[in-house]
Amino acid sequence: MSATRYTLRRLAELLLVFLGVTLLIYLAVFALPGDPIAALGGDRPLPASVQAALRVRYHLDEPVLQQYLRYLGGLLHGDLGQNFAGQSVAAKMAVRWPTTIALALTAWGIEIVVGVGLGLYAGLRPGRLGDRVVLAGTILATSIPVFVLAVSAQLLFGLHLGWFPVAGDDAGWPMAYLLPGAVIAVFGLASVARLMRGSVAETMRSDHVRALWAKGLTPRQVVGIHVLRSSAIPVTTFLAIDLGYLLGGTVVVEGVFNLPGVGNLLFQAIRAHEGPTVVGVATSLILVFLVVNVLVDLLHSVLDPRIRHV
Amino acid sequence: MSEVAAQVTSVDAEAPVRGVWRSLRRRPLFWACVAALGLLMAIAVAPQLFAGLFGQPDPRLCDLASGSQPPSAAHVFGTDRQGCDVYANVVYGTRASLSVGLLATAVALVIAMVLGTLAGYRGGWADALVARLTDVFLGFPFLLGAVVVLTAIGSRTPVVIALVLAVFIWPTLARLMRASVRAVRDAPYVEAARAMGLGTGRIVGRYVLPNAIGPVLAVATTTVGGVIVAESTLTFLGLGLRAPAISWGLQLANAQATFQTSPHMLVFPGLFLVVTVLATITLGDVLRDTLDPKAR
Repeated sequence: MSATRYTLRRLAELLLVFLGVTLLIYLAVFALPGDPIAALGGDRPLPASVQAALRVRYHLDEPVLQQYLRYLGGLLHGDLGQNFAGQSVAAKMAVRWPTTIALALTAWGIEIVVGVGLGLYAGLRPGRLGDRVVLAGTILATSIPVFVLAVSAQLLFGLHLGWFPVAGDDAGWPMAYLLPGAVIAVFGLASVARLMRGSVAETMRSDHVRALWAKGLTPRQVVGIHVLRSSAIPVTTFLAIDLGYLLGGTVVVEGVFNLPGVGNLLFQAIRAHEGPTVVGVATSLILVFLVVNVLVDLLHSVLDPRIRHV
Repeated sequence: MSEVAAQVTSVDAEAPVRGVWRSLRRRPLFWACVAALGLLMAIAVAPQLFAGLFGQPDPRLCDLASGSQPPSAAHVFGTDRQGCDVYANVVYGTRASLSVGLLATAVALVIAMVLGTLAGYRGGWADALVARLTDVFLGFPFLLGAVVVLTAIGSRTPVVIALVLAVFIWPTLARLMRASVRAVRDAPYVEAARAMGLGTGRIVGRYVLPNAIGPVLAVATTTVGGVIVAESTLTFLGLGLRAPAISWGLQLANAQATFQTSPHMLVFPGLFLVVTVLATITLGDVLRDTLDPKAR
């Protein structure tokens, strides 16, 4: 398949998923039973004329499909609705993106360095003690909920040991971001380490590595150059997909560590029961996730043309 | 004729089950997980039997004057801010976590079996439709989806939360089911059943499903742990269960405010949660290794 055709196919898929996801959100939020206009008046019902006027004003008199298209149009223009104070949700989010992106990239970096390192270490000694410890550690890491990990890390490294700031971003990057970044990274890191371990163990058994040993290369050359490079392909695929999840995973961690990012906005809005903000922020996080995934996929297909043929 | 076929393949269908059981029986890890989950299930079914073992057995009998106490003989896990016994609350919270995990997975499994089998066995438009549908659901992180839906829904009973989570976890299981069904669809024994003129329902129910469901069940076991984590995370965010319900997620959410001075409120419910999830994930891994040795 040519590069252009692959790009077009991925974009068409993105469009389909985009429509599906927005329709899902729309139906979940706006089309569930219950009449918000009738509920506005509380105990004293609003006069029928006021209700009718409000319905026209918010386009609630139109068919559901037309309402959905109107919502979709607004979404494409960056309109994510307003919070209870009448402020635009999109504007409130805009200033917070840099924090979230910095946090996600920090987590990504930790995931790559530590995950690949652990996987390499374990894959070079399969079945031995070090390997078993790493494997058990990865299973344990995936079973601890991220908020438990976040609060525990805050307690241990922030409060008792004092290595990192407990909360807030006064210390700036990197100090304020390392601990929360590590907490987000743990989950993906476990998968990276397991993938890398399997991949390295397999490569070490392969014929071309045996040929390299026979050629008389040093362990440093064999492992550092050849094994590392050919084991990295499945891991890069995973890392690419995981970047999107890291962006979405900032919600709990930004909340616990009080970093002023988009996730924290969602965290606070949930606690304050601000429905419109919750839906607006969650929607845009989902859309960013979709776009990042497709971008990463396209980039990946440039780096490794075999992907197009799958 | 079909009776003969049924007898022949029922022998065939049981043989792998017996083989699986034989190799499972020898794995200590399997028995450790079964023991841990069995104990947790017993606690979930009859918490009153376990709450009385140590100190103060009633999770709702709270004494504000003795709040935030560290573990002692009267309260083995200490007390929370309202002076409620943490141990009794952890014991009574088991039911909420386990039932949400099991119910959500069971519902998702049923949806996945129906749609996955339809897509895998029928192929064609059914396959394309299910593929697009799962694309949409797998296109975003499911926690964010659950956040949106739960914000829109006011009620927060365990059943509602389980159903919402089921909506977001069935696609993974459905894809697996589809792949698994496709793998056995054209197996010789299915061809033979078809050649004998058996009805589609009978072929699927008797020959395809029993041979295709193994890997899906293994992953579903792991999913139970994932759902329990998701439920506690949602509760922690303020979107899951609410007081006066008793659950680990709620205990952990309440503990966050005072974890500096009384970490025991965080440690004990957290420990139960982690052990539960660890046991389900490990059990799922062990089952997958046994059912599908190639995937190791």
